[in-house]
Amino acid sequence: MSTVYFVIRRIFTGLIVLWFVTTVSFLLFFLRPANIVARLIGGRSASSATLALINKRLGLTEPITVQYWHFLVALVAHFNFGYSYYNGESVNTVLAQDLPRTASLVFGGVILWLIAGLGVGILSATRARSLFDRVSTVGVLAGISLPTFVLGLLLLRYVFQPLNEHGYTWIGINYVGLSAGVIPWMGHMILPWITLATVQAAVYTRLSRGSLLDTMGEDYIRTARAKGLRERRVIYKHGLRSGLTPVISQLGVDIGALLGGVIVVEQVFNIGGLGQDAVTAISQGNQPVILAFVVIASAFVVIANLIVDVVYAFLDPRVRIA
Amino acid sequence: MSITEVEFQAASAEAVPEQAIEGKSQWQLTWRRLRSDRMAIASVITILVIAMLALLAPAFASLTGHSAVQQYPNTGLSASGLPVPPGTAGFWLGTDELGRDLFVRILYGARISLFVGLSTTFMATVAGVAVGLISGYFGGRTDAVLARCIDAALAFPYVVLALALAARFGPSLPIVIGVITFFSWAGVSRIVRGQTLSLKEKEYIEAARSLGAGPWRIMFVHILPNLLGPVLVLATLLIPSAIVFEATLSYLGLGIQPPVPSWGNILNGAQSYYQVAWWYLVFPAAALLITTLAFNLLGDGVRDALDPRTERIFAGQAGGRKKKRRKAAAADEPAAAIAAGTAEG
Repeated sequence: MSTVYFVIRRIFTGLIVLWFVTTVSFLLFFLRPANIVARLIGGRSASSATLALINKRLGLTEPITVQYWHFLVALVAHFNFGYSYYNGESVNTVLAQDLPRTASLVFGGVILWLIAGLGVGILSATRARSLFDRVSTVGVLAGISLPTFVLGLLLLRYVFQPLNEHGYTWIGINYVGLSAGVIPWMGHMILPWITLATVQAAVYTRLSRGSLLDTMGEDYIRTARAKGLRERRVIYKHGLRSGLTPVISQLGVDIGALLGGVIVVEQVFNIGGLGQDAVTAISQGNQPVILAFVVIASAFVVIANLIVDVVYAFLDPRVRIA
Repeated sequence: MSITEVEFQAASAEAVPEQAIEGKSQWQLTWRRLRSDRMAIASVITILVIAMLALLAPAFASLTGHSAVQQYPNTGLSASGLPVPPGTAGFWLGTDELGRDLFVRILYGARISLFVGLSTTFMATVAGVAVGLISGYFGGRTDAVLARCIDAALAFPYVVLALALAARFGPSLPIVIGVITFFSWAGVSRIVRGQTLSLKEKEYIEAARSLGAGPWRIMFVHILPNLLGPVLVLATLLIPSAIVFEATLSYLGLGIQPPVPSWGNILNGAQSYYQVAWWYLVFPAAALLITTLAFNLLGDGVRDALDPRTERIFAGQAGGRKKKRRKAAAADEPAAAIAAGTAEG
């Protein structure tokens, strides 16, 4: 019962955050000087009559409360993000085209991130001070210090380019849909995945290593060893559960950071997903597209946080009671 | 022997070791440990060299005769209009696609990176410490509100909002600094709040309160000094992340705008030329990586120096191999520190 109550409460908080982010970004872009948007669309030489017409067409002459109401109704009731200021295309069409690209990137990136981060962390913690541990500590430091886009550019220059020059063209950039087959899809996504996962994996290697090392020093671990359990069982059954719980609680926070990585990786590898379109939209002042990106990105963060919290609540009963 | 004589002799006997064993404060011990950490010292030297290069950027500009924004289409570009490689025509690190001197541009980029890194870290730390202290010390409703704010700022899709802010107000240096500060203080606040919550229950705080100390005096005179360690570590680690943040914003075209050079926007330009001009990509990338790596290593070193219990993989002391277990290391570390201190002194 308490678990159901907990989940409902978290969903409610998530919706409030979502509403808040949406409203703030709406205000941010509506409170700018009049005619900026019209000027963008009409061009520098547009007459004031044209500007007025554009403003009227886009509904920008109405009071802000009315505009907000229209925006909210269209979004909630019809899931309609409006039309691009730039070419009049429906934002929903843009989303339908972009979402699979961004989803492929996030999907593979997160899997690689968790496997590499937790895996290396556990291996280093159980072999503390070994050669493997030292090498991974150096790697983690380099990974943390390396900005995502620099890693991406270096991979382009020193992995993608030589491979392509030697005829290994199955590894690529840009985006190839799953419809072209799993292998081409993976070939084109593998470098973006590595780029997206590396920085995060480095952070998680460090987190899980530290947390697991702390746990392995606890008395109950000694008890488990003393009663004759095999070391594997001590680590994987007794150590991991409490050792990785704090790491999981950190996941929710880092999902937001992951999105920043997504924007950068899409830009570097020209994937043409949501993030790349959002950056283009920002430079064009194309507000409906920006708002759509903000709403979807925040929804993603809220949902991911919700899942993390629920998983965490199952792992650590104290959370459910509090 | 009279009583006075005994007392005198006892006093003189005590006086001798007192001179030999010099009392050391926590900060002196920390400084000693940091000094023996070769990686940390190397990082400090690296950072100082980068800072010097950044400060002397105008001197290097006049030495090479190239300003940061001047284009040299005749000497700085090859016959086919491509960037020239390092060492050509007085361009030490080559040129970019407009024939500008890459070396001078990287030096000027260092100024922006360091300035943004240090200023945002300073402001975020001050704000974070203030919010964390107030939230943790006063508790109750104040804490409920402030803790929510901290959580919200931490869980926010901050890059998204950073992009929106940069777009809304137009990209510029103050906006970049504001955005990075706005998204950095919460991490400091969370740590400070947690520490304050536990510190305010200590007996010495109770003692201070019973003597009539007000809440602000307790917060800033009694609690804050005990927080300086973790805050210092966090601040050192905030600097590289702020530098990366700035470079990323500039790379996306939302930070420092060309022709003003920043490592981020230089690399943005390099993206179109990486196949023909490796130097255009490698040198700014190396500058960025070396700087962030040095700050990260320094941060790790400061943390290890402040907390004797952490194991030091790179401390460069033979002591590391003797300690097998962390608990054991914790037990004999004070003795080792004193031994090291007296040996040096």
